[in-house]
Amino acid sequence: MQIDLLIEQVLNGVQFGVMLFLMAAGLTLIFGVMGLINLAHGSLYMVGAFACAAVAAATGSFWLGLVASLAAAAAAGAIVEVVVVRRLYKRDHLDQVLATFALILIFSEGTRWLFGSSPLYLNIPGALSGAVSLPGDLDYSLYRLFIIIVGMAVAAGLYFLIAHTRLGMRIRAGESDREMIAALGVDITTLYTLVFALGAALAGLAGAMVGALQSVQVGMGEPVLILAFVVVVIGGIGSIKGALIGAVLVGVIDTLGRFLLPAALHLFLPASQAASIGGSIASMLIYVFMALVLVVRPQGLFSANA
Amino acid sequence: MTLLEVSALETCYGASQALFGVELAVGEGEVVALMGRNGMGKTTTIRSVCNLTPPRAGTIRFAGREITRLSPHRIARCGVGLVPEGRRCFANLTVEENMRAAARPGRWTLEAVHDLFPQLAERRRQYAGTLSGGEQQMLAIGRALTTNPRLLILDEATEGLAPLVRREIWAALRRLKELGQSILVVDKTLKELMPVADRCIILEKGRTVWQGRPADLGEDIQDRYLGV
Repeated sequence: MQIDLLIEQVLNGVQFGVMLFLMAAGLTLIFGVMGLINLAHGSLYMVGAFACAAVAAATGSFWLGLVASLAAAAAAGAIVEVVVVRRLYKRDHLDQVLATFALILIFSEGTRWLFGSSPLYLNIPGALSGAVSLPGDLDYSLYRLFIIIVGMAVAAGLYFLIAHTRLGMRIRAGESDREMIAALGVDITTLYTLVFALGAALAGLAGAMVGALQSVQVGMGEPVLILAFVVVVIGGIGSIKGALIGAVLVGVIDTLGRFLLPAALHLFLPASQAASIGGSIASMLIYVFMALVLVVRPQGLFSANA
Repeated sequence: MTLLEVSALETCYGASQALFGVELAVGEGEVVALMGRNGMGKTTTIRSVCNLTPPRAGTIRFAGREITRLSPHRIARCGVGLVPEGRRCFANLTVEENMRAAARPGRWTLEAVHDLFPQLAERRRQYAGTLSGGEQQMLAIGRALTTNPRLLILDEATEGLAPLVRREIWAALRRLKELGQSILVVDKTLKELMPVADRCIILEKGRTVWQGRPADLGEDIQDRYLGV
C-alpha cells in the first residue's frame, strides 16, 4: 500500500474531524453551560450551508457566502434561543429533546419551502481549488487543507475566548453554578443567548465549508449531529479541548476504518465480501470507540466538571 | 440613610410558607446581625432579598429604590454582594478568575482583596476546587467584594471552619466594618458576632420577633430565641 494514500486518508480524517469539532464545540458549550440537549444544532449547520450557497450563487463570491453563513446561523440561533429554547432550560431532557426535534422539522420544512427539494451546489472558490504539494511529494486538496486550517484557527480562538476572557470566565462559571453567577450581577439571560448564537455560528460555518464538498440539501445536518454527539460524549461535556481531541479522533478513526478495514479483510476474503463486511464494521468503529472511552472514563476524556 | 429596607416579606417554597412577615433594615455603614435557630428563615430571607427565591408578598427597597422581584443580576448591580451559604465558589475557575468574572470597578480591586486575605494571593492560579474550606470562604468574600457592593451579605460565613480560620474571617469583617462597609451577617456564634454587630434582628418561624442593640440582647431573649 502506498504511504501517500495513507497520509492523504489521515488528512481527510483530520479535515472531517475539524468539521465535527465546529459542530461539537457549540453542542458541548450549550449542553455544558445551559444543560440543554439541542437536537436542532444540525439544522443550524444546514442553515449555514444554504445561506452560503444562496449568497454565493447570487453574488458569485464564496467568501461573501461564508460571511452570510455565519450571520444567518448566528441570527437563527439567537432567534431560536429567545423564542423557544429559553423556555426549556428548566425543563427535563425529554421536553428539550421533543421541542428541539420539532425545531428540526420546522427548519427542514421551512428550508424546503424556501429553496425546494432539489439540492443546491456550492463550488469551491477559485483561489482554493486544485491541489497543493505537501512535503514528501504528496498532493493534497487545497480546499480540504483550508478547512483544517480554519478549524484549527477557530479552535485556538475559542480556547482563548474560554480560557482568557471575562466572557469565557463567565461561561465557565455558568457551567459550575449559574444561580451564583447571576447573584453576582452577570446577566445570564444575555450570556445564554450569546453562547447559543456563538455555537450556532460555528455550526453554520461547518455547514458552509462542507457544502462545497457535498451537496447542500435538506436533512444534511442530522447525520453530522449524531456524530457530533458522539464527539461530545467522548471529549467530555462542556470541554472545548475535549471536543477538539474527540472530533479529530472520531474523524480519523472513521476515515481510516473505511479505508483500512476492507483492505485488511481482503487479505483473507474475496474483494466484494471484504468491501461490504469491512464497510459495515468501519461504520461501527466510532461507536465501539465511544463505548470503550465510556468504560474507561465515563465522564469523557476532558470533562469540564470533572 | 437606610440602605436595605425589607418589610412584611413573605416567601413560600412551593406550597409551604417559610416567611410570614420579615422586617429588616440595614443603614449605611452599619453591621446588622440576622439571627435565629436553624430553619427559622434566615437563609430564605437572604435568598428573597436577592430574588433567588422570589417572595410572594412584601417590599424590598435598596438605597431608596424598590428592588422587589428585580432579576438577581439587577439586584446585584444595585450594589448587593452575596456571600452565600456553602460558599459556592466556581470550582472550575482559578482563584483569580473567580474574583474577576463578575468584578465591577471600585476600591475593591484584586490587590485590595489580596491585602485583606494574603492566602488568596498565594493561591491565585490554583483552581478554587482545590482550596481548603477556609480559603474557599475567603474567596467567596473576596469574590463578593470585587463586585464593589454597597451592602455585603454573608450567610453562615464561618460555619464548619476551624477556630483559627474563623478568627481570620472575623478579623477581616472587623476590618471591613472599620472601612465603613455595610454588612448584613447571618451567624450562630454570638460570642464572635456581638462585638462586630451594631444591631441584631432575630427571626422565629419566619417572623421578625426581636430587634435591638447587642447590649440589650439579654440571657432571657437568647434562651428564648437562640438557645438549642
